[in-house]
Amino acid sequence: MAGTDQSKIRNFCIIAHIDHGKSTLADRIIEMTGLLTSREMQSQVLDNMELERERGITIKAQAVRIVYKAEDGEEYIFNLIDTPGHVDFNYEVSRSLAACDGAILVVDAAQGVEAQTLANVYLALDHDLDVMPVINKIDLPSAEPERVIEEIEDIIGIEAQDAPRISAKTGMNIEEVLKQVVEKIPAPGGDADAPLQALIFDSIYDSYKGVIVFCRIKEGTVKKGTPILMMATGAKAEVVEVGYFGAGQFIPCEELTAGMVGYITASLKNVKDTRVGDTITNALKPCDKPLPGYKKVNPMVYCGMYPADGAKYPDLRDALEKLKLNDASLHFEPETSIALGFGFRCGFLGLLHLEIIQERLEREYNLDLVTTAPGVIYKVYKTNGEVIELTNPSNLPDPSEIDYMEEPIVKAEIMVTSEFIGAIMDLCQERRGMYEGMEYIEETRAVLHYKLPLNEIIYDFFDALKSRSRGYASFDYEMAGYEQSELVKLDILINKEEVDALSFIVHAGTAYERGRKMCEKLKEEIPRQLFEIPIQAAVGSKIIARETVKAMRKDVLAKCYGGDITRKKKLLEKQKEGKKRMRQVGNVEIPQKAFMSVLKLDDK
Amino acid sequence: MKLLELYIHIPFCIKKCKYCDFLSAPASERERAEYVEGLCRKIRSYTELAKAYCVTTIFVGGGTPSILEAEQMRRIFTAIKETFQIGAYKGGPIETTIEMNPGTVTKEKLAAYKEIGINRLSIGLQSADNRELKALGRIHTYEEFLDSYYMAREAGFKNINIDLMSAIPNQTRESYEKTLRVAAELGPEHISAYSLMIEEGTPFFELYGEGRNPLCIPDEETERLMYEDTKQILKEYGYHRYEISNYAKQGFECRHNLGYWERTEYLGIGTGAASLIDNRRFIEDGVPEILSREDQMAEYMFLGLRKMEGVSKQRFKQEFGSNMEEIFGEVIEDMKEKGLLEEKGDYVRLTGRGIDISNYVMSGFLGTV
Repeated sequence: MAGTDQSKIRNFCIIAHIDHGKSTLADRIIEMTGLLTSREMQSQVLDNMELERERGITIKAQAVRIVYKAEDGEEYIFNLIDTPGHVDFNYEVSRSLAACDGAILVVDAAQGVEAQTLANVYLALDHDLDVMPVINKIDLPSAEPERVIEEIEDIIGIEAQDAPRISAKTGMNIEEVLKQVVEKIPAPGGDADAPLQALIFDSIYDSYKGVIVFCRIKEGTVKKGTPILMMATGAKAEVVEVGYFGAGQFIPCEELTAGMVGYITASLKNVKDTRVGDTITNALKPCDKPLPGYKKVNPMVYCGMYPADGAKYPDLRDALEKLKLNDASLHFEPETSIALGFGFRCGFLGLLHLEIIQERLEREYNLDLVTTAPGVIYKVYKTNGEVIELTNPSNLPDPSEIDYMEEPIVKAEIMVTSEFIGAIMDLCQERRGMYEGMEYIEETRAVLHYKLPLNEIIYDFFDALKSRSRGYASFDYEMAGYEQSELVKLDILINKEEVDALSFIVHAGTAYERGRKMCEKLKEEIPRQLFEIPIQAAVGSKIIARETVKAMRKDVLAKCYGGDITRKKKLLEKQKEGKKRMRQVGNVEIPQKAFMSVLKLDDK
Repeated sequence: MKLLELYIHIPFCIKKCKYCDFLSAPASERERAEYVEGLCRKIRSYTELAKAYCVTTIFVGGGTPSILEAEQMRRIFTAIKETFQIGAYKGGPIETTIEMNPGTVTKEKLAAYKEIGINRLSIGLQSADNRELKALGRIHTYEEFLDSYYMAREAGFKNINIDLMSAIPNQTRESYEKTLRVAAELGPEHISAYSLMIEEGTPFFELYGEGRNPLCIPDEETERLMYEDTKQILKEYGYHRYEISNYAKQGFECRHNLGYWERTEYLGIGTGAASLIDNRRFIEDGVPEILSREDQMAEYMFLGLRKMEGVSKQRFKQEFGSNMEEIFGEVIEDMKEKGLLEEKGDYVRLTGRGIDISNYVMSGFLGTV
């Protein structure tokens, strides 16, 4: 690909609010440019993972190179970079955007501008991208393209009159989108002879090729044999192969020059060495300074993960190690619980990230997991001046040693139609939100600004938000540091014994309520046993709630004759099997799903 | 020669009861006649197998076997006698039972039963309260039952069982006690007292399954107390409990059913009937389940424990060549500690509390080997 004319390259991404049709448009573009025959075409080509297709979300950034033949006969190279859509992966989104020169903004012709539409546009503008709006789903009966165009111009402030009105689903007007990409998205710049400066926007681990780094060449040239240096991690290696992205495959080429998007493989063993956002340069002829914006991403949400079958502990470790090869933001370290045995304390970017890892472990690695309630990182300031970053409630020091504690806070923007403002404000109030203002973006819709403790939104805030606004509210947040807070550890005692895996940190003001709900939930989950089982919630030595699981009174088969034996045996076997799925804590058998019940306390 | 219990299934009834999940349904006279023909052929088809066995008990169950004509029953027994070698019990005839429901019995039928060697009757009463009988979907009243019972006594039957049921809709502890007393006053030799089980696929499941309870089925605790009452009240009348749901006057325990709990081999003939031959358990014409040594040992325990005397360690050793403690020591100890099992001499048996939650105890013996 040597000597590709920079003016014939377009590097762009597609940004959208969730469900506005980002991946579908990507599919159509790939299809239209003939990269894949429609027989090969599978819905959401860029979403490789089974899980991504199923949930309709993009988890990992993906890229594809497309050749577009314009009407005048000129051939253009499009590098389309698909970005994760969820706030958990915000940093990765920001790095993907940094690899582009422009963005297609997809807006749903019925829904109009939503919270993430705005958030993503601002993100794109921050990276100096030219934003090109597209109105999607105009085939819907409820489509109002004119209104949406006005909205885009009013709210976002970008010109939208000639935005293509398309239906990515039916393929209508996609040609117009391609045409505008050539016209509206700028060609990349950069000097192929300058010192190498390449931005890593993703990396994956391949068992044959090792680490494959996805990058955008900003300056210079890289080819086989180039000695490279990762400027932030300091890792050095020699390039083994460079190439670009076919649909679902890697196509090697001679070299990558300034303006191009492609991949590099080198003698790298670990994705940890190739952090998203880092700059690759030539180790012998380094550039002056790295590209801006690199930041180490740290987990925000922690939980314990335990194999349901204790013997599978090594399998869980292997699986986590494998996942980490592809996901540098996943953290884990071994921990032991009295109730659950050996497992890992795992750190995630957010709750979705947690769920995805959990599902992948269960599906791709066939593991049965017990997950403890997710928590955030609390800062514990001890009286002796020591500061602890607490990720596991069990490690909370004795209250007498604690001076004060801090919890992470987020700034949240909630977009909602006016009829639900009251309900959503109530919700935020319940979750200890601090109201910071509200603005109407049009007559019937407003953006609410709140400061919320992260630990109040990691459980089920999103679900509650959706259910209280009949699905209309959308939500976005960013981290806003730590604030002092009155926090306590809520312990659960089952049959008078503390169950470490059920402890969690909670604000003192909601401890009573949470404790009560937790006891009620556990009462439902724990089956009757030989004796009565008290379930108690305690803060320190004070019991704040109590429920009782009554003793099993009667469990007997009235009849068992010749024809019944096989069936009765199956019944008894099932009973036995059920017991196996329980955790023995003291004398009590606790079903594994009880450990997750803390997740579902708010079912209002 | 090996011992064999014979079970004959008659899958017909006048009307299916609402709680019944047995293989049984109303049928036309012609269907019944054809079934009897087929049954006799099937019985005769076992000529080869019969050579190795001596039949020790016969049980004709259903459905409602007494729905068949006297002549039909006679032909079934002729086929049995011409095919199988029939043993003796204490020098007399073997226990031969037929199930019957009130309203299907006539003097003529009873005379025929006697003549062909049937010496035990099992009559389904269930309740002495007509309102409760109606809720169960039974076709008879208590008064009709009495007619049948007296008719049977007049015909000379000296071994009669009455089936009773607890935990049925509308029932109270008081009404159940009345049923128990009324039945015991009659002085049958044997009483079976079951608690109602709501089985999937029955009309009762639609009505009462999954926690529904429109007609006040007694709660778990009341049901448990009814079990207690059964034991206490029947004791007053001279019945002893020899199995979870079975009571008898001394010497009148049902030998056929004891066989099931002691893993005697049995051959079931008729639609859906189960057999256990050579440690293969099968439904007529079905694929056999082959019982491993582990299965056999587990069954020995969970079936044997249904009997109040419990399971014999000595017999276990004779049958399997291993000590019971060696195989099940851990479970037994655990259950003893929990107060659910106890040992008496050579026997391990359920305690009172163990009976109440016997499923919990029995499931402990499955899959432990």
